[in-house]
Amino acid sequence: MLSKLCKRTAPKSLWLYHCNSGACNGCDIEILNVLTPYYDVERFGMKVVASPRHADVMLLSGAVTRPSLPLVKRAYDAMPSPKLVFGIGSCAMGGGCWFDTYNVTGGADKVVPVDYFIPGCPPRPEAIIYGVALALGLVDKKAAPVELKQMEFPIDAYRRNEAWEKRNVIYELVR
Amino acid sequence: MWLTSKLRQILMVLRAGVVTLKYPFEPRPVPEGFRGAPVWDHHKCIGCGGCADHCPARSILIRDVCQELRVMLYDGSRCTYCGRCADVCPEKAIRMSEAYELACDRREDVTTRLELFMLTCQRCGRCYEMENKNAIDRLSLKGFRYDNLERRALVRTSTERLSPELLKKTDH
Repeated sequence: MLSKLCKRTAPKSLWLYHCNSGACNGCDIEILNVLTPYYDVERFGMKVVASPRHADVMLLSGAVTRPSLPLVKRAYDAMPSPKLVFGIGSCAMGGGCWFDTYNVTGGADKVVPVDYFIPGCPPRPEAIIYGVALALGLVDKKAAPVELKQMEFPIDAYRRNEAWEKRNVIYELVR
Repeated sequence: MWLTSKLRQILMVLRAGVVTLKYPFEPRPVPEGFRGAPVWDHHKCIGCGGCADHCPARSILIRDVCQELRVMLYDGSRCTYCGRCADVCPEKAIRMSEAYELACDRREDVTTRLELFMLTCQRCGRCYEMENKNAIDRLSLKGFRYDNLERRALVRTSTERLSPELLKKTDH
C-alpha cells in the first residue's frame, strides 16, 4: 500500500546526485543556482542527495579526467537501476577544449551512457531547467542538426573575377 | 512577546511575494551581449577556414571533398561559445545567436554542416579567394585539409591528399 501511495504521489520526482568529474566549478555553481528559490527546480520534485545510492539522476559535470574515471564508474554502478545521466556543460558533452588531451577521456559518454546533454560553458540555469523539463516531457526539443548548402555558384564571385581580369589586362600594365 | 515577533515575521514573508521564475512555461529572454549558439550565413561564407583555426575547442572541422567543394562541420558538442569565430570571420558570416535551449539526447543534434563552393587557383589548383587576397595565408590554412568528420577529430597536419593512416590515427 505504501509503494502504491509512493507511485501515485511521486511518479516523476527525481533525486539528483551531483558528480563533478574534473569540472572548473562553473557548471557546479549553475547547478546550485538552479536549486535557489529564484530558479526553483524543487517545484518539479527534485532534490540533491549526497549519496548515489539514493539518486535517480546523476548530474555529471566536467570532462571525465583520468584520475576521476574509476570513481565516476563506481558512482554510476552504485545508483539503483532505472537511472538517468545528465551531461552538463560542454566538457561533459564532448570534452570541451580538452577533448583530445592526454589526461581527459573526452566527454562523459565515453565512460557512462549519457541520456541528456546540456551544452553551454557554463549552461545558463534556464538551460539546465530546460534540459530537466525536456527529460520530464514538459517542453519540446528545439535542437536539430542543420545542413546549409550553397546551391548555386555565387554570381558575385564571377563579377569579382571579371573586374579583376579587367584591371589586370596586360596591355594596360605595359602602357 | 514572541507571538508578536512571529506575526511580524509572517507579515514580512508574505510581503516578499513569489520570486520564482515560471521559466519552462514562459519564455525567458537573454541579457544583452549574451553569446548563444553560433549561426552561419552560408551565402556570405567564403570558406577561408579562419574560424576553424581560431576555435579553442577545435569544434569547426574542414574537409575538401574535391577542388571546388569544401565541407565545414561545426560540432557544437564541445563548443564553449567564446565567440572567437564570429570575431575573426572576415565576411561576418558567423553570428552568435541568442539560442540557449540546446538540450538534446544525441550529440549530433547541435551540429551545423556547410557545403561551400570554392574558387580555385588556375596554376596550382588549390582553393583561392581572389579579391580578399591572401586571406587563406593570413589565416594559416594551407592547401587542402582533411579533418576526420566521422570521429569529429582534427587532423593537424594539412596534407595534399587524403591519407588513411592519418585519419586512422585520430580514431580513438
